Formats: sequence, structure tokens, C-alpha cells
Amino acid sequence: MMLRPNLLVGGTLLAGIAAVSAISWFWTPFNPLGVNLRRRLRPPDDLNWLGTDEFGRDVLSRLMAGAATSLTVAVTTVAAALVLGILIGLVAGFFRGWVDRALMAVNDALLAFPGILLALGLLTVIGPSKWGIVLALGLAYAPTVARVVRSSVLSLREREFVEASRALGNSEAYTLWRHVLPNCISPLTVLATTMLGWVILSESALSFLGLGVPPPAPTWGNMLAAARPFLESAAWLSVAPGVLIAASLLATNLLGDALRDILDPRT
Amino acid sequence: MIGYAVRRLLAAIPTLLLVAVSVFLLMRAIPGNPAQLMLGDAAGPEEVAALRQSLGLDAPLPVQFLAWAGMTLSGDLGRSITNAQPVLPLIIERFQVTALIVLVAVGLAALIAIPLGMLAAWRQNRALDFAIVSFATLMLSIPSFWLGLILLLVFGVWLRWLPVVGFVGFTEDPAAAAVYVILPILTLVLVETGAVARMARSATIDVLRLDYISHARAKGLSEYRVLRRHALPNAMAPTLTLIGLVLGNLLGGIAVIETVFTLPGLGRLLVEAIYQRDYPVVQGVMLFVALVYVVVNLLVDLLYPVFDPRVTAE
Repeated sequence: MMLRPNLLVGGTLLAGIAAVSAISWFWTPFNPLGVNLRRRLRPPDDLNWLGTDEFGRDVLSRLMAGAATSLTVAVTTVAAALVLGILIGLVAGFFRGWVDRALMAVNDALLAFPGILLALGLLTVIGPSKWGIVLALGLAYAPTVARVVRSSVLSLREREFVEASRALGNSEAYTLWRHVLPNCISPLTVLATTMLGWVILSESALSFLGLGVPPPAPTWGNMLAAARPFLESAAWLSVAPGVLIAASLLATNLLGDALRDILDPRT
Repeated sequence: MIGYAVRRLLAAIPTLLLVAVSVFLLMRAIPGNPAQLMLGDAAGPEEVAALRQSLGLDAPLPVQFLAWAGMTLSGDLGRSITNAQPVLPLIIERFQVTALIVLVAVGLAALIAIPLGMLAAWRQNRALDFAIVSFATLMLSIPSFWLGLILLLVFGVWLRWLPVVGFVGFTEDPAAAAVYVILPILTLVLVETGAVARMARSATIDVLRLDYISHARAKGLSEYRVLRRHALPNAMAPTLTLIGLVLGNLLGGIAVIETVFTLPGLGRLLVEAIYQRDYPVVQGVMLFVALVYVVVNLLVDLLYPVFDPRVTAE
């Protein structure tokens, strides 16, 4: 396998953001929640490298803590969507018949909403919180996973090695787990990588709207929302959180492209 | 062709029905008593009981659904809790702002992105292709609301060419209104160009590999004619599907753009209704957006055979 620039750049960016999140658990230059009213809205200087916000909180520390929140939410959400989607997709694809029709009818109805709209509706019910976001976005993205798994299973279940497993007397559940699921892994890897980006974007959009992770806990989205009224007086507040969201999305897009090229050599 | 259109239309009916059921159930899943929520905390138990009765909330769920579905079909989406206005006219008023911005932006993005994507495919793996793909991937990665903030910062705060907040209705003063929608439209065009250009590129690459393209070239046609007459129609079909999805997703995601640019669109209406727990409005907007999404994708499906006549044959 040749060294791909997409893989290298995407992987480095994502690893860098993950490292910053991990560091923020142990150390940030200042307390991300520490208010200092004598140093409000200071532009970047020697003490606060990326300036301070309207409460005098250190922007760099908040960005680091925000990275940890955004990444934890994104990874847990993708994991939740994968587990739920795989379960539905496997059951629908393997049992076919009315089980498949019923599950896919509901699945398609959920896909008929744009993901973020479904999440907004679910958040109305659940209420804004970190785990509310995970639940809402997980449910919103699970139908996409279910579609991918089901179509892989439908083509796999007729293959000889699956027939062979059944002929050996293995149970359906064992056959699904041992022979069908491992063959869904490559499309799922590509999907999960891309989905990580979608979830980071959706979470920051929801937090930007004030419906995501509630303040004072910092996330990149709610930092941008707080920066909007100070666009004219403190422009630096609007720059750094956006750069980080864009960098995370770029990383997952590049990684997704690279993985698609590697796992699907046809294109 | 007509048979295909009828089949597609019929297939949309169960989807819409399930959409209606999910919106209905979602709103019924909210913890607490809807009558109490509508009246506010100050209302006494008698008032709540009376409203429960008149809303039919004591009836079994399927009966409630049928009553609600009947009202919805006759265009009655109820009244807003916060200002007692009927929901449907409210939605239509706000939708005009959103629809204008989204349609203009997606139209412009398609006009820019499709030629760009085809150009990249034609020069696959050369410098021009690399430049276009890098630009498209970068645009795909920039969150729309942040790009909007940065454009406001540059054109509104630093250059002072355009206003930072405000909105004027198109019916009041079209010239002044245009000033307020330039930046939101520019933002969406830039962001959506990324996704559409990437799709147009990969669809064109798939098509350029086919034998009939070699045949067209062997006939001595110019490269422009090969691309325009032979590659474009076939590459359009997948690109069109993506444009349909982009349109629908924009309707769901427009709330952030309308927040950045303080525009009174449908997205803002939804977010404000969620803040104020104005459930009839939330329910109405969700239903409306899902309906538009289904209709847009239906239209895309119906346009498909225009570009690819093989679709009707299946």
C-alpha cells in the first residue's frame, strides 16, 4: 500500500486533536471555567495566548476542554449509532420477510427527515444536555447505518460460505456474528469515519443554537454562539473555535476518502 | 414514463404517513401533560381538564392520531401557544425567506460545481484536478455558520460593505432586501459547491471510463463536445440525487445560517419554538420540512428519466 497524502494529513490532524483532548483532562493553561472580570475581552497576549472571553475566561483552555467534550460526544454518538444500526440492519437483512419490511418502513420514514431536524425534534423531547445530544444524534444517524448493514447482509446471505456455515449445523445467530458481520466491516469503517465528522458538525451546530451542551461547559459550538455578539469588539473569539471544527471535519473527510480508496480498490 | 411517475408518487404515500405518525408520537412523548403545557403553570385543574376534553386528549392514541391527521390534511395545524396565531400561515410566511435563500444558493452552487467537477474529472490526477478537489474538500469541511461569521467579519466589520444585523422583507424594498441576503447566499454557495463538485467529479470519472466515450472520441469529436453531449447527461443523474439531498438537508440545517445572519426564516421559527416549548409550532415545522424534503426527492426521482432514459425501463 503506497503512502497516501489523504491518510497522512487526515490521520495527523485527528491524532493531534485527540492528543489535545487527552491533555486537557490533566492540564490546561488556566481553569476553563475560571472567571476573571479584570481581564475581560482581552486580545491575544503573552498571558492568554488566544485572548479571553466576555467573562475573562482563557480561550485556549476553553478550546482544549471543548475538544475533549466534542470528541467524547462524537465518539459515543457514532458508537451508539453503530450498535443500534448494526442490530437493526442484521435482523432486517437476515430474517427478511415482514420483519424486514416493518423495520425498513420505520427506518425509511426516519431517513425522510434531514438528520439535524430529527435531532432537533428529539432534543425537544429529551431537553438539551450532553447525553441528550448523544441520544438524539445517535438515533438520528442509526438509520443510515442500518441501511448499509442491511444491503451488505442481503448480498452476503446468499454466498457459499454462509450456506456452508448453516449446512454445518451452526445456529443463525452464530452464522450472523461469525461470518456475516465481519464482512460488513469495510463499508462500516468508511461510514463511521465520515459519520464522526457529521456528528462533530451537528453537535457544534446544535450547541451554536443553544440546544446542545449547555454553558458554562465549553464546546466549540457554544463558544461560537457566545462570540457572535462580540463580532465587532472581539473578533478573535470567532476565529479559533471555527478553525478547530473545520480541522476536525477536514481530518474525517480526508480519512474517509483514503479509507474508501483503500478498502474499495475498484475506484 | 407515466407509469414510472405514478409508481414513484404512490411510493411516497407510506413514507409521508410514517413521517406523520413519527411527528405525532414524538410530540406525545414529551413528558408532562400537553394541556398543562399549553395553558402554562398558572392554569387551574378545571381549566386543564376542560382543554384536555376539547383537545380530545382523553381518547385512545389511534383516535387522537386520526383526529389530528384529519385536521392537518385540511390545513389546520393548530395555533401557536405563545402568540395564538394559526401555525400554517406562520410557517408559510417564514418559509418564503428560507426558500428564496436556499433555492438561489443551491442553483448557483450547481452552476459552479458541476462544470468544476467535470473539469476535474477530465484532468484526473493532474494539477488542476488536485486544486479543484482540495478546494472542494476544504469547502466541505468548513461549517456553514462559521464561514458565515467570518464573511460577516470581513465584509461587515472590517470592510463595512454590508450590514452585520437586520433584515428587510422583499415585498417592502427588494433592493434593500438583496443587501441582507447576499452574505447568507454566498455562504451557502461556497459550502455546497464542495459537496456537489466532488460528486460531479466522481460521477464523470465513472462515465468517462465507458466505451461509448472512447467511441465518441474516436469519431473525432472535440473534447468539449464529448464532455458536453456525452458525459454530462450521464454524470447528471447521481449529481442530481445529491442536489436533492443537499436541498433537504439545507432546510433542516438552515437554522444556524439564519441565526448568524439574524434572518426571520423557517429555521429560526423552529429554534425559537423549541426554546419556548411552543409544541404546535415545533410539530408543524417538522411536518412541513419533512413534507418538502419528500417532495424535493420525489421531483428529483421524476427528473431522473430526463437525463437517463434507462431508469424507466427497470
